[in-house]
Amino acid sequence: MSSTPNSTSAAAPETGTARVKRGMAEQLKGGVIMDVVTPEQAKIAEDAGAVAVMALERVPADIRKDGGVARMSDPDMIEGIIGAVSIPVMAKSRIGHFVEAQVLQALGVDYIDESEVLTPADEVNHSDKFAFTTPFVCGATNLGEALRRIAEGAAMIRSKGEAGTGNVVEAVRHMRQIRGEIARLKGYDNNELYAAAKDLRAPYELVREVAELGKLPVVLFSAGGVATPADAALMRQLGAEGVFVGSGIFKSGDPAKRAAAIVKATTFYDDPKVIADASRDLGEAMVGINCDTLPENERYASRGW
Amino acid sequence: MNTPTPPAAPVIGVLALQGDVREHLAALTGAGAEARSVRRPEELAVVEGLVVPGGESTTIFKLARIFDLLEPLRERVRSGMPAYGSCAGMIMLADKILDPRSGQETVGGIDMIVRRNAFGRQNESFEAAVDMAGVDGGPVEGVFIRAPWVESTGAGVEVLASVEGHPVAVRQGSLLATSFHPELTGDHRVHRLFTEMVLSARPQR
Repeated sequence: MSSTPNSTSAAAPETGTARVKRGMAEQLKGGVIMDVVTPEQAKIAEDAGAVAVMALERVPADIRKDGGVARMSDPDMIEGIIGAVSIPVMAKSRIGHFVEAQVLQALGVDYIDESEVLTPADEVNHSDKFAFTTPFVCGATNLGEALRRIAEGAAMIRSKGEAGTGNVVEAVRHMRQIRGEIARLKGYDNNELYAAAKDLRAPYELVREVAELGKLPVVLFSAGGVATPADAALMRQLGAEGVFVGSGIFKSGDPAKRAAAIVKATTFYDDPKVIADASRDLGEAMVGINCDTLPENERYASRGW
Repeated sequence: MNTPTPPAAPVIGVLALQGDVREHLAALTGAGAEARSVRRPEELAVVEGLVVPGGESTTIFKLARIFDLLEPLRERVRSGMPAYGSCAGMIMLADKILDPRSGQETVGGIDMIVRRNAFGRQNESFEAAVDMAGVDGGPVEGVFIRAPWVESTGAGVEVLASVEGHPVAVRQGSLLATSFHPELTGDHRVHRLFTEMVLSARPQR
């Protein structure tokens, strides 16, 4: 396959364009992306109807339990998962650790998650995501943060929530925040958008684009705390175009069944009968953590700037 | 025949189990159709044509089977309902997948074998200008995302476009399929072609 990123010829195939990167996320809409730590789990996720898997060494609940520095996963483990499934495979780099991102691109992952779940490598800068052919997804707790990530080249945004807690409260807070700020922007006139951009600490052009579109210019998923089919449907009714499920599946009693149930509820998020059927007889959900008892330094959502 | 008023806009569904449904709904509306989401058998029953969108073909297949849409889809395609599939939708309309995941089936209808992710993974995804037979006004912008290609076709299948020697757009009767995603470009010519196919499939009176 020829790759000519700087070609001026309209006929030459061009890789890594914004449309190809953002378009990839458009194909994931309405779907569930599942955290997996082994090829066997990846196959269970694919069989359950996941649209993609996130390959990592430990799910967030275990990162919390074990403590220490959380880093990019072992390349052998990522390649094992790439080899096991035909759906897209994502993997996480630390915030600002652009060399981990380079490694993930070289391994051929389909999407890189520059993730607050791993220990940040840079407390000022995120990675320059335009420097990569592989698209990036980044977390956000509010609209300004989402737009700063998009300005750095992110091709997909997920609300952060609080990963590894099995508690959906922070995911709800962040999704409501982002959607609420977008709704307010739509009511602003052109004079007000300049001040809005300053308040959001985001480029004016992106702020204006959001005001015109009434949505982010990239796909918006939800993440961090989804543990049940009803949680997934809740996030979709609040405006998420799809969901990431981390610890919620493989920390539960019957992962295959729960995974399939969350997929069903994500598609029929507006049909309570389907959600009710999907919610039956799933076995134990993950235990979960109350977010208001989490000390500040154990809140992943506050990582990223 | 010879009615003085133009025909009513065709009602075209978009299979809304998973994928880039919104973009197809917008493109169909832009092409003059009345576009609707289809997730249930009763919604499928009332559309004149159907788009199977881009997405994950394994996911779309599984959801179609779980929610009792697979057989109704096959039945309607067999009985002549026009259908258009982009990317994952092309896979769903193929009679055969070269490398199916275990248990993966299709709706079928187009006598062809497709190869999933044939152009590579996301790093190899690309844009290229594509000359497509039946679409006037210059090449279409082809957005190929982990795209399939057509490995081989039966006698009744017309190849409308190829990239690097591999068919990426095909038609068989009232069924149309592309490896690429015109719904992501704002150019509605492919959707207009399909809308015309739906109109011309209406029973003549």
